[in-house]
Amino acid sequence: MDEVFLAILLLVDATIRVATPLVLAAFAALYGERAGVVDIGLEGKMLAGAFFAAAVASSTGNPWLGLLAGIAASVALSLVHGFACITHNGNQVVSGMAINILVAGLAPTLAYAWFHQGGQTPLLPSSARLPQVHLPGVEVLSPIPVIGPIYREIFDDANVLIWLTVLVVIATHWVLTRTRFGLRLRAVGESPAAVDTAGISVTKLRYQAVIITGVLTGVAGAYLSTAHGAGFVRDMTAGKGYLALAALIFGKWRPWPTLFACLLFAFTDAVQVRLQGVPLPVVGVIPVQFIQMLPYVLTVLLLAGFVGKAVAPKASGIPYVKER
Amino acid sequence: MKRILAVLTLSVAAGAAPLATPAQAADEFVPAVVFDQGGKFDKSFNEAAYNGAERFKKETGINYREFEITNESQREQAMRNMARRGASVIAAVGFSQTAAADKVSREFPNTKFCLIDDKLELPNVQSVTFKEQEGSFLVGMLAAMASKTGKVGFVGGMDIPLIRNFLTGYEQGVKQVKADGEVITNMTGTTPAAWNDPTRGAELAKSQFGRGADIVFAAAGATGLGVLQAAVDAGKLGIGVDSNQNWVHPGKVLTSMVKRVDVTVYDCMKSAKEGSWKAGHRVVGLKEEGVGYALDENNRKLVTPDMEKAVEEAKQKIIAGQLQVKPYQP
Repeated sequence: MDEVFLAILLLVDATIRVATPLVLAAFAALYGERAGVVDIGLEGKMLAGAFFAAAVASSTGNPWLGLLAGIAASVALSLVHGFACITHNGNQVVSGMAINILVAGLAPTLAYAWFHQGGQTPLLPSSARLPQVHLPGVEVLSPIPVIGPIYREIFDDANVLIWLTVLVVIATHWVLTRTRFGLRLRAVGESPAAVDTAGISVTKLRYQAVIITGVLTGVAGAYLSTAHGAGFVRDMTAGKGYLALAALIFGKWRPWPTLFACLLFAFTDAVQVRLQGVPLPVVGVIPVQFIQMLPYVLTVLLLAGFVGKAVAPKASGIPYVKER
Repeated sequence: MKRILAVLTLSVAAGAAPLATPAQAADEFVPAVVFDQGGKFDKSFNEAAYNGAERFKKETGINYREFEITNESQREQAMRNMARRGASVIAAVGFSQTAAADKVSREFPNTKFCLIDDKLELPNVQSVTFKEQEGSFLVGMLAAMASKTGKVGFVGGMDIPLIRNFLTGYEQGVKQVKADGEVITNMTGTTPAAWNDPTRGAELAKSQFGRGADIVFAAAGATGLGVLQAAVDAGKLGIGVDSNQNWVHPGKVLTSMVKRVDVTVYDCMKSAKEGSWKAGHRVVGLKEEGVGYALDENNRKLVTPDMEKAVEEAKQKIIAGQLQVKPYQP
């Protein structure tokens, strides 16, 4: 029994680790899309964040400077996106895709020029990685059944960015539903004309939204290269940006359902890892290929059968033009 | 879009490669290497090939051309480009290059090709495969002897027979020492992207540690770097692959299953230069020193004299043919 319980805890722990970058990226997109700016460039921004975080952490030895650099790079790309599709009313999908392609090539090239190790940064020593948070009282609580192991396995020794992500989720819910800024943000994604009529700048609001998107994707990237991993390698985001977008749609552009969707994707991934090569009752050992299909099959099933209609913010993807 | 990317990368590579002038003198000797996905600094398979090419360059002063594959569609283009621009001998590193090598070598019958990790029988192709199971057998024995829990892990890259070869040898080595020893196995993926996903490698290793493994063998190219890192983070031991990876985390890597891709690439270029190059297929194992385990100052303290003795004995037996290590596909 104990072993099963421990296995479940480890599974939950893995789910949280894998979900963290997805949650950050999905919430980043949530801000943008609720304000009417579609962001398909999450992948590229995360990758830029990951690269600059690892590069700066590697050359200065300070992961916090790395985190700042990652955020700065990602915000810069966000502003490019904003400039193209808020100021100049460009196509948001094209601009986002351009960012993805740009970074996919640029990051390895810069890495090659700076570190001469192919398209990678050097491996980071543990001092140049973002720390784990040790909670007090683990020894005291450990012997207590149920609570002890939960505290030890899940809450203790989590990365500092995981805690930050928890804060981001709560703060996002609060900002969107309880603050004036949140109300305006939602309004500008539904009916920018109404917001404009009320005398509030649509452009300013949308820029604020894409900057928040940039900050959060930068953190997500830094998590990949300096917290969960130890260094940048080419294409290390491996489609997580697109998965985060899927989670956002799956969660109908609302914070809690989006969080749930991210956790679900991460959970299927964590389960999938543990199912490999394990004989199951009745069916026996399932081939790796089938197991690795699971997350996608599950996604299709859920999207087709259980989610219902996902309605995007009305003005999402449409540039706001004052006079027609 | 892919094509534009490929062209861009090609032109970048051409700009970076020395001696890139298209008009080559016909008798000049120009070796070339096409690396596989993972990149030449993966500290593993491709880096071994890179080291071999570098050794040749150092000894002879002859520069070589190189190309790093980043997506599938580049393989053939890259190889054909090398051949067209007058490369004398092209080392194609990795089994994924087989189809491209097959096609391009027929188009350029006067260019010599060396294919590593797969069999290809053509008049201008030399192909080399390794008995990975023999080297893996030895590191499996070491893992079983060093393990305190009796459970050891294995993280493979792409799920292909070649990687299954590593696994099957590793399992036999573990069982040789501990009949009830358990090997927990994970494959990273089923596409070439599985060679370059350290985040996933780390996650797989962590799941194995959670299930009781305390040593993990990574046969997964650059993905393995994540596996070794996870082992360090968790206070466990990792086992490196292809290159000697003991130095990556000194004192935290039990040993490395060394595959002498460097020697193969070096020999290929050198023999082509000296004119002793021969086409045909070779299979190299412990006997030919094509595979082995790494012991140096970084892991000296982890391998006790008893362990070393046991492994050396097994090695001699395998070489003498007294001990058979079964491959994945007989």
